[in-house]
Amino acid sequence: MEDLLLLAQASASTTFIQTLIKALALGSVYIMMGLGFVIIFKGTQVLNFAASALSMAGAMFMSILIADGGIPFLPFDNPLAPGDGETAGIPLWLLTIAITMVLAALFGLVIERLAIRPMIGQPLFAMAVITLGVEIAIRPFNIDATALEGRSLGVPWGAESWSLGDALVPKSYVAAIIMALIAGAIVIVFYRSRFGVAMRAVAFDQEAAMAQGINVARVFQIAWALGVALAALAGIAYGMAPFPPGGSVSQEIHPVLAFRVLPVIVLGGLDSVLGVLFGGFAIALAEVFAGQYLSQYGSTLGPGYSTIVPYVVMLIVLVVRPFGLFGTPEIRRV
Amino acid sequence: MLEVANLEVVYNEVILVLRGLSIEVPEGDIVALLGSNGAGKTTTSRAITGLLDVHDGAATKGTVTWKGRDISKDKPSAIVNNGISQVMEGRRIFAELTIDENLATGAFTNRANEKKNYDRIMALFPVLLERHDQTAGYLSGGEQQMLAIGRAMMAEPELLILDEPSLGLAPLLVQQVRDVILEINAEGTSVLLIEQNAAMALSIANTGYIMETGKIVMDGDAEKLRNDEDVQEFYLGLHTDESGERKSFRDVKHYKRRKRWLS
Repeated sequence: MEDLLLLAQASASTTFIQTLIKALALGSVYIMMGLGFVIIFKGTQVLNFAASALSMAGAMFMSILIADGGIPFLPFDNPLAPGDGETAGIPLWLLTIAITMVLAALFGLVIERLAIRPMIGQPLFAMAVITLGVEIAIRPFNIDATALEGRSLGVPWGAESWSLGDALVPKSYVAAIIMALIAGAIVIVFYRSRFGVAMRAVAFDQEAAMAQGINVARVFQIAWALGVALAALAGIAYGMAPFPPGGSVSQEIHPVLAFRVLPVIVLGGLDSVLGVLFGGFAIALAEVFAGQYLSQYGSTLGPGYSTIVPYVVMLIVLVVRPFGLFGTPEIRRV
Repeated sequence: MLEVANLEVVYNEVILVLRGLSIEVPEGDIVALLGSNGAGKTTTSRAITGLLDVHDGAATKGTVTWKGRDISKDKPSAIVNNGISQVMEGRRIFAELTIDENLATGAFTNRANEKKNYDRIMALFPVLLERHDQTAGYLSGGEQQMLAIGRAMMAEPELLILDEPSLGLAPLLVQQVRDVILEINAEGTSVLLIEQNAAMALSIANTGYIMETGKIVMDGDAEKLRNDEDVQEFYLGLHTDESGERKSFRDVKHYKRRKRWLS
């Protein structure tokens, strides 16, 4: 009897650690995605509704580079792809991520040029709807490419874990957390840089920014390039096992990633980097812990109740602080 | 140095705001552009700095020549790069940014000398230095005006356009702005001063233009304008009439409203 109690205690702390790591990892994915949102919103005042499709497309670029023998439309073999049955080493995999982000950034530039630039000067609402159109235009390609099965992301460590006491810590979770921290640091540095300041100036008063000689079109370009690259990074991180279904770009999870991140950016404030860092972890903690510790009430709450938790949090935040916890309220002198 | 000739500006393709406006800013001078509300003063500054697009306006006729080149089709960033900066009407500082960041936006086109210009501006406006890392939105109106001028000066312009720098400021602060303009001019920057406060503007300008409903109705030396009866009556608020009765607008305002082609 006593032995059994001990076991229960041990497994309780193990469960806690595993849940915490999972929450932090999920939060990291949310953060990367959220940063992409915030950069684009800060630079162009547009909520990017195309984020899901862009993130999935970015992950798809990665998959093509790392897992396919050839490159679409190009005659030569893919130099990065490992042989049959092998996976890439970690340095090569990281290099591929970098290349993918560059490709995603270029993709962002193309979208900005074709869909967003012609809309400059039009109402913001129109621009937001255009991004929705971009989402709808890209999504079929994503869905088609993943129709039969998820596309491999060639994660070098697969679904391996470290063990911490009794708890299992998946390597992918740690990798996701590190990726998010690096992305967060880069974005914060960017914010303080010359272009970051220019971007915030444009966000605040476009005409006054133009009068200072800031090239508003350039700011739009940078915002979209960076935003799409971050979305791609989030898509890749989200595709690593053991995020369900794991190790691949899958149409089960990727097409709705942006909607799961919406509560994060609303909680943090649409235009705040710190808000995203905080909101990402907060929402993921709420979601994962609710999923773990309320599971005994699953029959009452219904299946998949944990995915609703972020929206409940978002609702409460919207009622109390409509501009988010870290969003900029309008500055007024008294 | 800057020449605006017969400029016509139309908003929304129907509203004619400038009807053949011609002004000239010689190098090193302070030129005052005076006029009442709706005369087209701000439109003039927009036309010079390439910001008409934002307001759905367009220059349909005439030219804006800067150092012998027509700049009326140039982008705002190119114009700032070529040496024309402006202090916009209503200050338009970036309230959410700090003072330093506001100044950094002004240096966007002129990064090489950013440090030097920053020091120069902080020497000119010590009050900004005291609060340099604070949010600009919490500055007082006068301080915001100083920041707006400083921000424009970060680009090291050869011509500074000031659109109503005295707007909403107490008389003492207007004096301060006036001194700052003189100092900037003394350091070699030409100034186009767009104002409703004619007394202040004419007290420091070399030449002045008076505009009404989109064109220049009077121009000349500031001295001459200051002594002009009509200007005194309508812009400087000096009554010379002995009877003390209000004069009829029609009786007095007799100077010609002809279109000017050369001046």
